[in-house]
Amino acid sequence: MKMKSGLLALAMSAAIATPFATAADKPVVGLITKTNTNPFFVKMREGAQEKADAMGVDLRTFSGKFDGDNQSQVQAIENLIASGAKGILIAPSDPVAIVPAIDRARKEGLLVIALDTPLSPADAADATFATDNYKAGVLIGQWAAKTLGDDAANAKIAMLDLNSSMITVDVARDQGFLEGFGIDVKDPNKIGDESDARIVGHDVTSGAEEGGRRAMENLLQKDPGINVVYTINEPAAAGAYEAIKAAGRQDDVLIVSVDGGCPGVENVKDGVIGATSMQFPLRMASMGVEAVLEYAKTGTKPSATEGLDFVNTGVELITDAPQDGVKSTSSKDGLGMCWG
Amino acid sequence: MANPASAPKQEAAQHELVASSAKGDFAKFEAEKLSFMERAHRFFHQHPTAAPAIVLLLAVAAFSFIIGDRFLHPYNMSLILQQVTIIGILGIAQTLIILTAGIDLSVGAIMVLTSVIMGRMAIDIGLPPFAALGIGLFAGAVCGYINGLLVTFFRLPPFIVTLGTWNIFFALNLWYSKSETIRSQAIDNVAPLLHWTGQTIEFFGAKLSYGSLLMLALFLLVWYALNWTAWGRHVYATGDDPAAARLAGIRTDRILMSVYVVAGIVCAIGAWALIGRIGSVSPQAGMMANLDSITAVVIGGCSLFGGRGAIFGTLIGALVVGVFRNGLALAGVDVLWQEFTVGLLIIVAVGMDQWIRKV
Repeated sequence: MKMKSGLLALAMSAAIATPFATAADKPVVGLITKTNTNPFFVKMREGAQEKADAMGVDLRTFSGKFDGDNQSQVQAIENLIASGAKGILIAPSDPVAIVPAIDRARKEGLLVIALDTPLSPADAADATFATDNYKAGVLIGQWAAKTLGDDAANAKIAMLDLNSSMITVDVARDQGFLEGFGIDVKDPNKIGDESDARIVGHDVTSGAEEGGRRAMENLLQKDPGINVVYTINEPAAAGAYEAIKAAGRQDDVLIVSVDGGCPGVENVKDGVIGATSMQFPLRMASMGVEAVLEYAKTGTKPSATEGLDFVNTGVELITDAPQDGVKSTSSKDGLGMCWG
Repeated sequence: MANPASAPKQEAAQHELVASSAKGDFAKFEAEKLSFMERAHRFFHQHPTAAPAIVLLLAVAAFSFIIGDRFLHPYNMSLILQQVTIIGILGIAQTLIILTAGIDLSVGAIMVLTSVIMGRMAIDIGLPPFAALGIGLFAGAVCGYINGLLVTFFRLPPFIVTLGTWNIFFALNLWYSKSETIRSQAIDNVAPLLHWTGQTIEFFGAKLSYGSLLMLALFLLVWYALNWTAWGRHVYATGDDPAAARLAGIRTDRILMSVYVVAGIVCAIGAWALIGRIGSVSPQAGMMANLDSITAVVIGGCSLFGGRGAIFGTLIGALVVGVFRNGLALAGVDVLWQEFTVGLLIIVAVGMDQWIRKV
């Protein structure tokens, strides 16, 4: 009994003491990620923490339980409003459903920055810090077309997408790749409406190895002559490679991807992936922390990159077979910048 | 259900008396009119794998008709077998648990955790591959033991226990792996044994992976154990009616415990097959594998109420899902209709089970 009441007292004093102590000392900034499992978000949190420590910010991190978990993110926003945070950095799991909660936060005077995934509508946040996923796709598309040269006219392309919900990131990378490759994408907001005969088919991977392998196996069954493979991310690419290897075609199929995770860059080095577009989650988060602090001090909000409706945090093509006219970085240098 | 109260027994006797005097013509009339349905009912009752087997054959026939030789080619058939290997193995573990009227939500998490353990032991610590594999299998047994202990000793419902351990094992997996993937090439260099399950042998144009052969061997082994050993009969008895089983002298707690431990080891074997199939060791893999394994078991005709179902039904259930996914993909059907179809199959399968259970 004594221990119990002691614990209770301890818990209560902690609950009372923390908000006052920290609110007085340091400005509070919240970071809400989609999950805490994906290395992309793990890295994002590291980037934010590092910046927060350096600038004397009290960083509070939250995440959903799984990709698509809106409820936990709403709770996190409510908690941050209650603790008097100056701003919120959020990678929204459900860019539509989260908007009412974001509105409440902004009404309370918090600066809200969407990271990685724009809200819908995008102006529901004060700013968006994200990878230009369309450009990421265009880069690998251009690279693949240049690498094939004249054979690009007879290419047989497999498209390994994320899932059937057609979220913005998935659509932008897919369509960007096709545009870069020189294919008429028709509606750039829609996957699969193209009529170009070079596309063998689309399949989904859940962005994971097993899904990548199964999708690749099925598409190779549809047409064994596939020689270009677009993948939504590097785990899907690694899975697709296993299927291609099992079919004995690893020397004549070109795989391209997006992400820039360290295992992915290693796979570029080993020739598994031909080229990948690297994104910079660490930079997204650290720029976000800076922006909130700037807003807290001067009241100025970050402004979007020219020609885009978001702040572009950069994308870089990583390949060891550079092509003329497509700017790229070697896998050796890429290993110094990769995440996860 | 065994009910020691005497009043219902008397009532039942009375009811039987009335029924026997009233039977005669009435029952005969019914039997004549519904003879086909009755015969079908009896047939499915006696052969729990018949219904999914018929669905499988119909699906294969339909897709061969729609897609042509490409679908029925031995290579494509072996491909489907490769694609269902992991869910098939987890399905074995799941069937064992479901036969005891339990459910295991943690099978996927045990698989991922043990695959990470195997990978880390071999790559980071540099243990010989067979030792890494052995430690992984042992870790699977420990995970199963924890589930079993909570179910038997603490008397918690299996659904809640495994809902909890699913989260716990998954969190441990993320902590231990630091969310980092071990690449295929690194494993090839240091521990090719872990990739053995991904190697294939050619057989009349079919490419069978050792992983799928391992799965088939496991099915045979568990089929033998369930049907031809005392342990297997005790598992069925415990699932069908634990009170009656206890009265018959079966130590049901011990049986339950052994089932959970065996299921854990089977999940770890699934981890080996997983590494062979996807090449790398990924802490993100197998997130939905628990639900997929339950899908295979349910479509395979195993009753969620325990005590009824055949292990090969699960293999057929996994194959039905695999055939639909592969066939619909080859036919160029949008993915969301693949998911739709699987959902439909689950409901039809459970509906069948309810109908068959009616005596």
